[in-house]
Amino acid sequence: MPPIQILAIVTSLVFMFYISRQIIKGKLREEYSFVWIFSTVVLLVFSFWRDGLEIVAKALGVHQAPNLVFTAAIFIILVYLLHLSKVASRLHQQNKTLSQELAILKEKLDKVVKKNNSEGN
Amino acid sequence: MDKIAVVIPAYNEEASIAAVVASVHTASQEAGIHYWPVVINDCSKDRTGEIISQLPCTAIQLPINLGIGGAVQTGYKYALLNGYTHAVQVDGDGQHPPTELLKLYTEMEQKGYDVMIGSRFLDGTGFQSSFTRRLGINYFKRLNNLLVGVTINDSTSGLRMHNVKALKVVNKDYPDEYPEPEAIILYIKNGLKIGEVQVEMQERQGGVSSIDSISAVYFMAKVTIAILYTYIRLTFR
Repeated sequence: MPPIQILAIVTSLVFMFYISRQIIKGKLREEYSFVWIFSTVVLLVFSFWRDGLEIVAKALGVHQAPNLVFTAAIFIILVYLLHLSKVASRLHQQNKTLSQELAILKEKLDKVVKKNNSEGN
Repeated sequence: MDKIAVVIPAYNEEASIAAVVASVHTASQEAGIHYWPVVINDCSKDRTGEIISQLPCTAIQLPINLGIGGAVQTGYKYALLNGYTHAVQVDGDGQHPPTELLKLYTEMEQKGYDVMIGSRFLDGTGFQSSFTRRLGINYFKRLNNLLVGVTINDSTSGLRMHNVKALKVVNKDYPDEYPEPEAIILYIKNGLKIGEVQVEMQERQGGVSSIDSISAVYFMAKVTIAILYTYIRLTFR
């Protein structure tokens, strides 16, 4: 087994272990972790199965196997980035609504507290 | 009797905010109409928050900076929740003299409009803004006219009065950044009637414009995209 293969397998396993730990500790929500687990599995499969990449590339009509890797990886990264932008937009909207409601409530509460204080005296 | 919430979005307006609030009360007495200032402190870095809590007004303190659109929308929400019949935006820097509110209100009630915009350009008196600014305003006038067939001469004017029907629309949906031109599409597509009346505006008494020359290009691009998408979204919903 060449050193690069050992390195690839170890890296993939460490990465997988790290993701699992984040999920267990509740720091990463399952819906976001799905894509990470999936890509780690793909990395792991091709780390063990060295000829796999050549075979898949040939089957798809790609002459240079690494090109397939770059194309697929960039596409997946773009899709995932779009997904994250959507998540950020939703959070932004929710954040805005929350702070508006909070500010209006705070104003109301201040008024009630002030009224109570003046009645108490 | 009608109660009009005068929504004043304030971001770092410590120099002018007290005068603006006072002028709202003066205008209210002169006009014999119930105006009540609702100041929204958009997480200012100066003493705006402290100052407004001592003034005769409703002081709403946003915990995070939402931008002009989010701040104004907070005021509209407040007006809707507290039984106001109208809400009007007046800038915290003294650009919009509250004495002009009476014109908006009477015109609106007489002609049955849902939104009334105070315009600088109907007969060309008062502070007229710079040449480049007017160029941009002209562009939005044409764009809006093209899309919804309604001509608003001063689509960047922030001085606009809403009735309850219009408040319900902006409560649900209001843009965050540079909201004024985009909101016009929003009004029309929700079946609101918009009117425009000539008002005189003043040069700002303090603070700086939310649009400087560097961000002017960004402003035009962002608002154009926002207008187009809002149009598509509301046309094909």
